[in-house]
Order: sequence, then C-alpha cells, then structure tokens
Amino acid sequence: MDASRISIWRLLVKTTILFIVLNLLLSTFNFLPVFGRLTLYNGPLPGRERLPYGDDPERSYNLNLYSLEAMFASHKLEATPKAADEFRVFVIGDSSVWGFLLENKNTLTDALNAAGLHSANGRRVIFYNLGHPTISLTKDLMILDYAMQYDPDLILWPVTLEAFPLSKQTSSPLVQNNPDKIASLIANYQLPIVINEDFASSSFFDRTLIGQRRNLADIIRLQLYGFMWAATEIDVYIPDDIELRAVDLEASEDFAGLQPPELHAEDLAFDALAVGIQLAGEVPVLIINEPTFVSDGANSNMRYNSFYPRWAYDSYRFLMQEMSEQNGWNYVDLWQAASNSEFTNTPIHLTPQGTLELANSIVAVLDETFNLKP
Amino acid sequence: MTLTQIFIFAALGLLAGRSYQAGSRLRVSRGWLLFVTSALAVFWLQPASLIRNLPFALPVASLGLAAVVWALTLPKETRPSRQDWWAAGLLAGLILLVSLTRYIEPMSDLLAVRAPGIEFAAIFVAVLLLLCGLIYWLGRGRHFVLHAAVLLIIATLVVLKSEPLAQVASGALRSLTGQDPTLASPLDFGWLGFSYIAFRLIHVLRDRLAGRLPAVSLRDFVTYIVFFPALISGPIDRLERFAPQLRGKFVLVGDQFLASGRRLMTGLFMKFVLADALAFFALNASNAHQVESSGWMWLLLVAYALRIFSDFAGYTHIAIGLGMLFGVVLPENFDRPYLKANITAFWNSWHMTLTQWVRSYYFNPVTRWLREHKLPMLAVIIFGQLTTMGLIGLWHGITWNFVTWGLWHGAGLFIHNQWTSFTKSQPIQMNPRLAQPLGILATFTFVTIGWVWFALPQPSDAAHVFAVLFGMN
Repeated sequence: MDASRISIWRLLVKTTILFIVLNLLLSTFNFLPVFGRLTLYNGPLPGRERLPYGDDPERSYNLNLYSLEAMFASHKLEATPKAADEFRVFVIGDSSVWGFLLENKNTLTDALNAAGLHSANGRRVIFYNLGHPTISLTKDLMILDYAMQYDPDLILWPVTLEAFPLSKQTSSPLVQNNPDKIASLIANYQLPIVINEDFASSSFFDRTLIGQRRNLADIIRLQLYGFMWAATEIDVYIPDDIELRAVDLEASEDFAGLQPPELHAEDLAFDALAVGIQLAGEVPVLIINEPTFVSDGANSNMRYNSFYPRWAYDSYRFLMQEMSEQNGWNYVDLWQAASNSEFTNTPIHLTPQGTLELANSIVAVLDETFNLKP
Repeated sequence: MTLTQIFIFAALGLLAGRSYQAGSRLRVSRGWLLFVTSALAVFWLQPASLIRNLPFALPVASLGLAAVVWALTLPKETRPSRQDWWAAGLLAGLILLVSLTRYIEPMSDLLAVRAPGIEFAAIFVAVLLLLCGLIYWLGRGRHFVLHAAVLLIIATLVVLKSEPLAQVASGALRSLTGQDPTLASPLDFGWLGFSYIAFRLIHVLRDRLAGRLPAVSLRDFVTYIVFFPALISGPIDRLERFAPQLRGKFVLVGDQFLASGRRLMTGLFMKFVLADALAFFALNASNAHQVESSGWMWLLLVAYALRIFSDFAGYTHIAIGLGMLFGVVLPENFDRPYLKANITAFWNSWHMTLTQWVRSYYFNPVTRWLREHKLPMLAVIIFGQLTTMGLIGLWHGITWNFVTWGLWHGAGLFIHNQWTSFTKSQPIQMNPRLAQPLGILATFTFVTIGWVWFALPQPSDAAHVFAVLFGMN
C-alpha cells in the first residue's frame, strides 16, 4: 500500500478497536493466573527460598504481590519434585516464619533443615518456608489451600494471638486481593467471612488488561528482581539500626477492641484453624503457639508486650489448649521458647539465635509427636 | 519526559500537523506553535528543586540566554524585524503567563512547584529586556564579548557538572532566597537540558566568530536552542540545518505519520521497556559491592551497557519521532554502535552529534594548531585523542571516573589509529569473515569495560568491580 495514502484517523480507530477487543478477551478468560505461572524462576533463575515479600523492593530485590500463582511459581518448591526419600514439611504462618529482618540462612525453616531430621522409615525431612509477613489465619489458610497441591507429609503452623481476632482475618492485602480464592474457601468450608468493600473488585473491567496493569507490572518486576536475587541471594533489606520492640508499655488493657476479663472462643477465628486441619485431610498439622516477648518495663504488670495485655494473652493460651483438646488437634505452646533478649523489632520477631532456640524446641516436639529424629 | 508528556506532545503534533491539510479551517503557524510550545515546555519539563523559585528561574534563564545570545550574534547590518519584536514580546508574555499559573489551579501543574508572584516574574523580564538591549547596542558582534559569552557558558557548565561547585552555588542561592545554606546539595541545581543548551549556544557563538552563522529570527533561534523534543537528551543539531526546516511548508501525511509513529514506538519500547527492565539489575553504586561472583558481575555490566544504549538511543528515537510530527527532522545520534568492529567506528556511531560537535569545536582546531606549531604527528594524535575524549568525559560530570572513562576511550582510539597504520603496511590481512565478528566482540568488550567508570561515582567502587570481574577479589 502507498504509505502516503494511509488515513491516520483510520489507523488510530483500528488500533483502538483492537485494543478494546484484546481487553474484552482477556477479561473473559481471566488471564492473570496463567500469566502468573510464566516465570524465569526455577529456570534461568534459581527458585526463591521463601514467598515474595518486600516493603523496600530496590534494596531487598523482592516485592509484595498478590498473585499466588506468581508467588509459588517463584518458589523453589515449584521445581522440586518430591523424591521418594523425602518427607516434606510445609511451615506456614506470619512474618516470624517468613523471617522478617532475617537472612535466608537464619530463618526458622533453615534452622529446622539444619537439624537433619529423618522420619521413622528413613526419609529425609525437608522443611519449606511458606510463611508470609502479614498476620491473619485466613491468609495462612489461603496459602495452605494452594500449597496442598505440592504434596506435603506434615504441616507446621506457628500462630500468635494477633492472627486470631475476627477483625484481622481480612485485613491482609493478600486476602483482600484474592476475593475469588476466599470466596471458594467460604463456599467449601462455610468460613464466617463476608466479602465486603475491603476486597479488591473482580468486576469485568477489573479483569481487563487495564484493570490488571498493576498486578501484571508486579509479576514482571518480580522476574526482574530475580536477577539480583540470584546474583546476591539478598531477598530482604536489613537496616543497620533496628528499633527494638518496646519495653515500656502503654497503660491499656484493650486488645483488638476486646475488653477484660477474658476472651471467648467466638471472639477468635478458631474456625480458620479447624478449616486448615480439615483442608489438610490426612496430612497431620502441628499448631504451634509461637514465642512472644515478655516485658519487665513500665506497665508490664498489665501487659506482656506492645501487642498483648496479660489478660488477653493468658485467656488465648487457655482457649488454644482447650480447643485443641476438644478437637484433637496437635498443639504445642512454645510461647517462652526463645530468650527475651532475642526479640527484634516486634514482640514476635526473633534474632538468628532466638530462631535457633525456637527450632530446637520444635525439633524436640517433632521427635516426640511424629517420631522425626536427627 | 514522562509517558504523559510524550503523549501530550505527540497529540499536539498530530493535531497541528493535520491542521495544515488542504480544507482545514484551523491553520496554526508552525514556527509560532513550535516557539510557544518549546518555551512552555522548558518550564513544564524542569524538575522540582528545594531552592525557592529555582524551577521558575532556571527555565527563564534558558530562554533569556537564548535571547541574549541571539542579540549578541545578530549580524551588524541586520536590524530586528517586526517578527522579532513580536517574538520578544511573546516570550516576555509567556514568562509572565507562567507566573500567573500560581493563581490558576488547573494550570499550576505546568511548573513542578508553585510559580512565583507576578512581580518576581516582571523583574526577571525587565532584567532580560535590559540585558538584551545592552547586548544589542553595545556588545553585538564584538569579538571579546562573544569570547566572554563562550567562557561564561563554559564556566556555568563547570559549576553544574562539579559537585563541590554546585554545592557552593546551591548554598549561595539558598542564602539569597533566605533558606538555610547548610542544607545545600549539588542535587538542588538541576538545570534541565543545560548541557545541550550550552553546546548549541557555543556552536552559534563560535560560528559567529568565524563569520559563518546564518541570520535567523529570534523566534527560530529560541526554538532551535530549546526545541522541546531535543531539550533533555539531544541530539545537538546545527542552527543552519535546523532553522530552514521551520520555514518550509509542512503537511503531516500518511508516510510521515507512519515514520514518526515507528520512531516513537521504537523509542518508547527501548526507553520504557528495555532500559527500565535492564535497570533492575544493571551495575550501579549500590549493587557493585553486593556481587562477589565474576560471572554475575559481567552480567550486571553487560546489562548496564545495554541499558545505557537503550535509554539514550530510545530517547533519541522519541525526540526524532516527535520532531517529525512537527515537520522537523533532527539528526541521527546512534547507528548500531555495538555492532561496530573497531573503536573509531563505535565513536562515529555513538552520540554522533556530540562527537561531531567536539570534533568541530575542539579536536580539529586544536590538532590544526598543534600541527602548525610543528609538533610531531604522533604527539598531535595522542594529545588530540586523549584530550578530546577527556573533554567528553568531563561533559558528563567533573569526576575522576568520567575523566578516566574518557581517557580509556582516548587511549583506545589512539591504539586503533596506530594499529590501522601498522596493518595497512603489512602484506598479511586477517580473513574478513573472522575479523568482523572478532572486531565487534573486542570493541563491545572494550566499551563495556569502560562503562565501569561511567556507571560508578567513585574510583574505589570501580576498582572493586574490576577485581570481581577479573577474579582478583
């Protein structure tokens, strides 16, 4: 065609129509999960040791994103076929499992793997870090639901009271941005959660290329940060000066809007724990009450730390024990398994030494409960 | 330029270009359109600064410099035309208009910060008019004034490119504006496009001194100096090539639109996709000390080499594409430089308008002068190559690393020059099928190693990277 005869306006109109058609098609077929599985990890780039998370992407070579498909596609678990002699253990949970302010070599799963455990029939016990640094049992549940396809033999689920209030169940951005997955959990297990305006919209427009542009960009950025992750093994930014958890506490007995003297089972999301165990099916689940800092500063007679008033935490520990016994759950309370000096910026984040102390306690429980021995 | 800014400029070009078609009821004068758009773009593109009113003052200074140099270089026999008076009036009006955006909320985005008051802008305009008048009546065409102007522009460039001097200048400006001078930073002083403005101004001043500058109107002269597509990253056009294009008739038809669209799309892809993607793992001052493996360090360095090319060449595509929409064909700046088989060919295809400028206004005069003073040819070549490339290094910033980068390339050019002379006299020639790819590989490696100094601010960083690259860490 003679280029000089091309109509500029006709060209622009055709381009616009093609773009609209492409958007309609992508919206109809919900392309994001498929796109999320396309990854450079576990191929040209090594798989990550833990799920992607990073508040400071430029320094941590890691970022927050909401596509579970992309998150798991970047994890080494995706490309690790289960060997005949492997006893596969998933560790799910919050930032203390993920290893906030800890290098990969110092996380809980690394410490557990270093113990070199074997099952009764001689299989090597291998722990995988599936923690994610937001606190919500429903978020853990969603990750567990997705992770079950990777065939675990045991699930460790460290929890803390902060993950239990009903109001916190949907506050994790990962939960809010996966309304379809939460809706599926609600439908299958009758979870008492309402998909409200806090959740990301999944309207027709939101599923288009335009609506999903942020998610798409995050998935691409995750691939690009993979190069520096592979070159440096850095996936977390640890500042030189960390402001330590508070010792002197506020004179408040409030906990998530709940008041003393005690918590009630219906105040907390025990349903989510029950669903998790149901979802795991034949695979045993060990619920662990993770260590928490005990302050001796101002108002420590009223509170254990900045997270928990004493009445609430004591009540929670009592309820956990009671619920576990009633339901036959594997539960262990390790709230004092780490020395008080080994907490970092929050009452639940541990130093490498504190993590090692917790791992040693867990190893002892695994030996006793599941016959997993060094 | 952001994507939004590029889109708005392209849309403006498209609308204006179509307005010249036969039958169109709206006919905008292209010369005036480009003059007004370029003048306003200087304000719009100028980044924010912590120094009060600087994002307004620097664009005014760019426009003022252009007007003053125009007055200075106007041939003695030429008097300002009625169009020149209109242009001067319009320029003054635009400056005042920009300051009025302070009071018009939807227009306030034209500047990165709040515009100063009208009285401040009026003082600027008055000073500029006075300066232009003084230059026109007293300094026009006088050689010492032309030389002084060149020196003043070079001195300003030196202050901007040298961190300690920029810091001092920032402190002085902060004192002047009643701000705390102890908080001064070289980053305060980001004069958008001054590196390119300075080279265009020196080009016209030198050509005026040599008596080969064509007479152009104030409108076309200012447009040439601050032409918005080429303001930030070039290319550095020549006045005698640029100005006539503003006068000819232009209608945006299909083939020009396609060619322009192709250049814009290529540029957008190279700059906003390739370069931005490579930036995630290209060598920089932060990651230079985190990588301890030689293989990964090479990957980071090659990523930097590709990134800087994609970014710069991509921007040139965008500039040329935008220019074409307005009927201005800017000169090419890159010609597949990484596929050249020797370092001389590389420099003939990398940032071509800069190298041509430096060749015209430094290398040729200096080597001619040295030859006239009967220096040995070898000394002339080595001095010419090293100082020319050193100068190009300094143009990027006055630091040891940029100087070293320049000298590295100067040495490469000298060695290649000697090698070519040597091989011409040898009967045995290498098989061209082998020589070409080997030459490309060797040149790319040489250039890529040079980027270590360019990418990092400190010589100690560069030393560390070299140690890792060659397994000596």
